[in-house]
Amino acid sequence: MLDKADEQIFTGNVRLVHAVGMHARPAVKLTKLAKKFQAQISVRVEGAPEWINAKGVAKIMAMRAAHGSTIEIKASGSDAEAAVAALVELIATDFPDGAP
Amino acid sequence: MQGGAAGLAYRGRTASIGFAHGPFVRVDAGTNGARVVGNLAEEALALRAAIDKASGQIADLAEIAGGEAAQILEFQVALLEDEDLVEAIFASIGEGDAADVAWRTALDAQIADYNAAPDEYLQARSSDLADLRDRVINILRGGGGQPQAIPSGAVVCAEDLPPSRFLEIDWSGGGGLALLGGSPTSHVAMLARARGIPMVVQLGAIPDAGATALLDGEGATLELDPSAEQVRLFEKRHESHRKSRASARAILRRPTASWRGEPIKLFINIQRVADLDHADAQYADGIGLMRTEFLLTERGALPDEETQFQAYDAVLRWAARRPVTIRTFDAGGDKPVSGFTLDGEANPFLGVRGLRLCLARPEIFAVQLRALARAAVRGNLKVMFPMVTSADELEAGRQLFADIVQRLQADGVAAMLPELGIMVEVPAAALAIRSFKAAFFSIGSNDLAQYVLACDRSNGALAPLMDPLHPAVLELIARTAEHGRRAGISVSLCGDMAGDPRCLPALLNCGLRELSVNASALAQIKQTIDRLSSGGSLG
Repeated sequence: MLDKADEQIFTGNVRLVHAVGMHARPAVKLTKLAKKFQAQISVRVEGAPEWINAKGVAKIMAMRAAHGSTIEIKASGSDAEAAVAALVELIATDFPDGAP
Repeated sequence: MQGGAAGLAYRGRTASIGFAHGPFVRVDAGTNGARVVGNLAEEALALRAAIDKASGQIADLAEIAGGEAAQILEFQVALLEDEDLVEAIFASIGEGDAADVAWRTALDAQIADYNAAPDEYLQARSSDLADLRDRVINILRGGGGQPQAIPSGAVVCAEDLPPSRFLEIDWSGGGGLALLGGSPTSHVAMLARARGIPMVVQLGAIPDAGATALLDGEGATLELDPSAEQVRLFEKRHESHRKSRASARAILRRPTASWRGEPIKLFINIQRVADLDHADAQYADGIGLMRTEFLLTERGALPDEETQFQAYDAVLRWAARRPVTIRTFDAGGDKPVSGFTLDGEANPFLGVRGLRLCLARPEIFAVQLRALARAAVRGNLKVMFPMVTSADELEAGRQLFADIVQRLQADGVAAMLPELGIMVEVPAAALAIRSFKAAFFSIGSNDLAQYVLACDRSNGALAPLMDPLHPAVLELIARTAEHGRRAGISVSLCGDMAGDPRCLPALLNCGLRELSVNASALAQIKQTIDRLSSGGSLG
C-alpha cells in the first residue's frame, strides 16, 4: 500500500460541527463512506499523536473528537484525492441523513 | 413513599417518564453456558459464523424497528464490520485462544475504554458493545440468541438492558423498564423515551423475588408486590400525570404565557449545545442561561477560541432572532477546573470564583471574550457575568471586553460588544442593585438563597433550613424586580425556583415577568402560570 515511496498523499482539515462530537451515528457514517474508497485513509483530531484508520468504527468512536475540534484527514492510493474530498464534505455538512 | 404500605419501594433516577403496573420479570444476560473448544481453524470458523449470524439478526431487528432504533443498531453492525477490531480477535484465536474467550477479551477491553471516557454519552455507548458481546457469545454457545419470553405489560428488571434486547421485547401492551444500573443517556433510554415506555435507572440492589410491580417513571420509584393502598396511590399519580401532561402539551404550543394579562417570558437553561435537542426547547422564548463550564471540562484542556465560537454560534443559529444569554465561565466554588481554579481555598464558595476568577486569570477570560465578541455579530447575544459583588467588577469586565472588541475590529474581524448583564446571586449585589450599570439582571436563586441563608446547598443536614421561599430571599428578589421595573431593565430568574411550580406564585408576586427553566420543565411551568392566572390552584 504505502510501499511506493513516491505515492502521493492527500490531506484535508475540517471542523467537526456536529453538536455532540464524533459519536455513534457520525462515526458509522464516516467509516461507511471511507470504506467506499480503495485508498488507505487515516484521521486524527488535530495534533493528536496517533493516526486512526478511518474504516474502523471502534477506534473512530474512541478518538473522542469533540464538537468544534478540527479533524485532519490523510489518504494515499488510487482514489485518495476523491476520498479526502468526500470525507471533508461529509463532516463539514454535519453528516446529513441520506449520506452514505 | 407515601402510604402506610407493606410492599418494598426503591428509588432510582428517571430515564423515561410514564407509569407501568404489571408482572415483575427479572431478565439476565444468561451467557454462562460452557462450550466445547475446537482446534484453531474450527474456532476461527465458529467465530466467523457467529459474527455473520449476529449481523443478520441485528439487521432483521433494525428492519422491524426502523427509525432511530435502526440507526442505533447500525452502530453494532458497523462494529462487526470493523476489520481492525475483528482481525485482532482472529489473531488471538490464531495464538490459541478459544473463540468466545478471544471475542470477550477484545470487547471487554473496548467496553472498559468507553467506560473510562470522561463524557457520559460515550460511557453510555458501552452498553451497545456489551449487547453485541453477549449476542455473539450466546450464538457461540449454541444459544442462538433465543430470548426469554416476557409477558405483555411486564415491568422488566435487569442490571442493564442492551438496545437490541429492548427491541426484542413486545412493548405493544405497555410495560416498563427498571434497571439496577444503566444511564439516562443510554441508547436504551432514548428508545424508551421515543416509545413512551417508563424507565427508571440506577435502582441499586433489588431482591430477585416479586410477582407484581409498580413503576413510576416520574417519581423514579419501583414498588414490589404493592399493597392495595400503594396501588391506589399509584393509580392516582398516574391519572393526574395523564391529565396534566395532555393539557401541558396543549398549553406549550400557545404563543406566550400570561399572568393576569401581563406576558410572562419563558426561557430555557442549557448546560451544553445538545440540550437544544429536547423536544420542548423550540417553544421557549429564547435562552435565558447558557452555561459555558462544559467547555472547560469536556476535552481535558482549556478550550481554544474557535471551539468556543463554534459552540456559541451553534446556539445562536438555533435561536434565530430569539435572545440568547450566555454566562461567562462560572468556575470555582463547587466547580473546580484544573489549570484554572485555585487549589487549597479554605472556603471555596466564598473564594475566587465566577467573575472574580475570570478577572484574576485574564489570559483565559480573554479567549472566551474574543469568542463571544465574534459570536455577537451572528445573532441576538447577551452576555452575563456570574458572582458579581461590586459595580467595579462589572466595569472591569466591560473594559476588558471593550478592548478585545476594538482589537478584533482593528484586525478586520467582525465583532461587537454585546449587551452586558450580571447574575444577582450575592446578597450585596441584590442590596446595592442600583449601583450596577447593567443592561439586564438575572437572579441566580440557588446561590442567592445559599448566601442569604448561610446554608451550604450541598449539605443535606441543612435541607430544612435551605428554603428559597424564606422571606429574606423573597425580599431580595422583589427589590431586584422592583428596581428593574422602575429603571426599565429586564430582570429574570434562572435558578431552580423558576422550575418549581410551588415557588411560582411567590415569584410572580415579587414582580418577576421573565423566568428561565430547563426545557423539561417548560410545559409544566407554562401550565402552572396559566392555572394561576385563571385563579386556580397549583393542581
